[in-house]
Amino acid sequence: MNGSGGSAIALRGATVRFGDHVIWEKLDLDVAPGRCLAILGPNGAGKSTLLKVLLGLLPLSAGTITIDGRPPGHGSAEAGYVAQQRVFDPDLPIRGRDLVQFGVDGQRLGLPRTRAREVDPVIQAVGAQSYADVPVGLLSGGQQQRLRIAQALAGGPRLLLCDEPLLSLDPAAQEEIVAVIDRHRREHGTTVVYVTHEITPIADVVDQVLYVAAARWAAGSPDTVLTTQSLSALYGTHIDVIRVHDHIVIVGGDGAGTCTHPDHEAAGHDHDLNDGHPGHSPEGHQR
Amino acid sequence: MGIGFLLQQPFAQHALLAAALVAVSCGLIGPFVVTRGMAFAVHGTAELAFTGAAAGLLIANNPVVGALVGAVVVAGLISVFGGRQRERDSAIGVILAFGMGIGVLLLGFYHGFATAATNILFGNIFGVSGDQLIVLLVIGLIVVAVMGIWYRPLLFASVDPEAAEARGVPVRGLGLLFLIVLALTVTGAAQVVGTLLVLSLAITPAAAAQRLSASPLVVAGLSIAFAVVAADGGLLASFQSNVKASVFITSFSFAIYVLARLAGPLLRDRRRSRHQGHPAGLEVTQRRPTAELPGTPVAAASAEDGGGVG
Repeated sequence: MNGSGGSAIALRGATVRFGDHVIWEKLDLDVAPGRCLAILGPNGAGKSTLLKVLLGLLPLSAGTITIDGRPPGHGSAEAGYVAQQRVFDPDLPIRGRDLVQFGVDGQRLGLPRTRAREVDPVIQAVGAQSYADVPVGLLSGGQQQRLRIAQALAGGPRLLLCDEPLLSLDPAAQEEIVAVIDRHRREHGTTVVYVTHEITPIADVVDQVLYVAAARWAAGSPDTVLTTQSLSALYGTHIDVIRVHDHIVIVGGDGAGTCTHPDHEAAGHDHDLNDGHPGHSPEGHQR
Repeated sequence: MGIGFLLQQPFAQHALLAAALVAVSCGLIGPFVVTRGMAFAVHGTAELAFTGAAAGLLIANNPVVGALVGAVVVAGLISVFGGRQRERDSAIGVILAFGMGIGVLLLGFYHGFATAATNILFGNIFGVSGDQLIVLLVIGLIVVAVMGIWYRPLLFASVDPEAAEARGVPVRGLGLLFLIVLALTVTGAAQVVGTLLVLSLAITPAAAAQRLSASPLVVAGLSIAFAVVAADGGLLASFQSNVKASVFITSFSFAIYVLARLAGPLLRDRRRSRHQGHPAGLEVTQRRPTAELPGTPVAAASAEDGGGVG
């Protein structure tokens, strides 16, 4: 495959290094327009680094990247960005619609303004019209995330990049947010990228998975990447991928016993993998 | 002396104009100071403007330029030392304590009028010369111009830095720009209310405005209006009496804040009732940290794994 013919995202031999430290290298990836990609991997594996590359905020050390056939512009409006929910101060003098308006013109010079015709359609699209005039600090985490999605969509992006958008939300809110994003993807053909360390909440909507770990990567459909065999090869140590009903649990290292109570291992396998691979922690390179 | 006669005097007109410009600058930056959690940075910058003013007084008999240099140096130091708010606050505390000590030392060497020291600490707009007044006017115009140009991206960067960065807003650069604007504003305000009372113009009007509205433009407008009313109102009141203007300015600004606090809940209730069915804060339960939900399927079913947790 040479050209990036028709790909929404095309990476060829993409490498990011900080000094001598390789975050990931020779990454090849094609995502077709309107598809949904999940970028998975341990903390510090370079997931957010990849997101910055997609946003055009960080250049590749080697290789090429194109978004819709062109190099990504610096913070361009073609890519919408949804960050992790953070608690806003209740006194913050910003309403939901102000937050959304930033998605239209927040980077431009001058005084702020709000134009209903520019933001009302996206506010409606995410179902936030009833609380768009309430100070954002008074809203729930799920409501704030809907407004962040509206902000990301306000510029009419071809590509929606979501960085841990479900973190700190409860299961019901997670489900709602995933549904809002996926509906927009289906209706507008927007390409969606999730950076996450929890595949389960988005497992139903994901077409492709990119798993980065230990400066290596594996890409493909969820069924081919999220297997005991593929992840074991990636980490270079035995990894168990267990599917329990809808849930996908990844358990690593020596923790043979850890999978018997998967409900309690969310935090536990952090250490398991770490024990198996102390030399592969590319820490300190994100943000 | 009647007030009508006073208002015809150039010094009174200049003082009112300078105070108004200082108040507009303060009102403009105030909401950002509150949003970015920088009240202590304002106080620190002002205290160090005192040291600069003392040095300026001693070296060149010019406290305004000294204060300006002091404030800008502190802004630079704060941006070098302090990234996060907590880190920044302790860095400011460290610099402030040392700087004030130097200021006291410098004042000890100064053998001019004793009132010069109290003027720096508590302000005296009538104590500044015509040349210095022009410096203040220029500073005020620069602050208003810079804020007018960068208001929107600065607001975006203050409210939602991650999203702003993703949109290509130079978040760090704007942070430094804001510190410099803050230093300029503080220098101006220090001449009117003194270095110890700068917060009465740089924080109080903005804090009052935030009780009354959540619209960024309305808050900015109210904050400017409150600051101007307090500053020029305080000056006019001091024309009529022997009491220092800063006493009136801080009192007026405090009174506005108290009124806003009383009126705020009424306005907010009205806003909420307009959005009935979705009362804000009703879904508070969703804010529970996930740590409170151990063993739920989602918490456990992460495809999380782990490596490099540092």
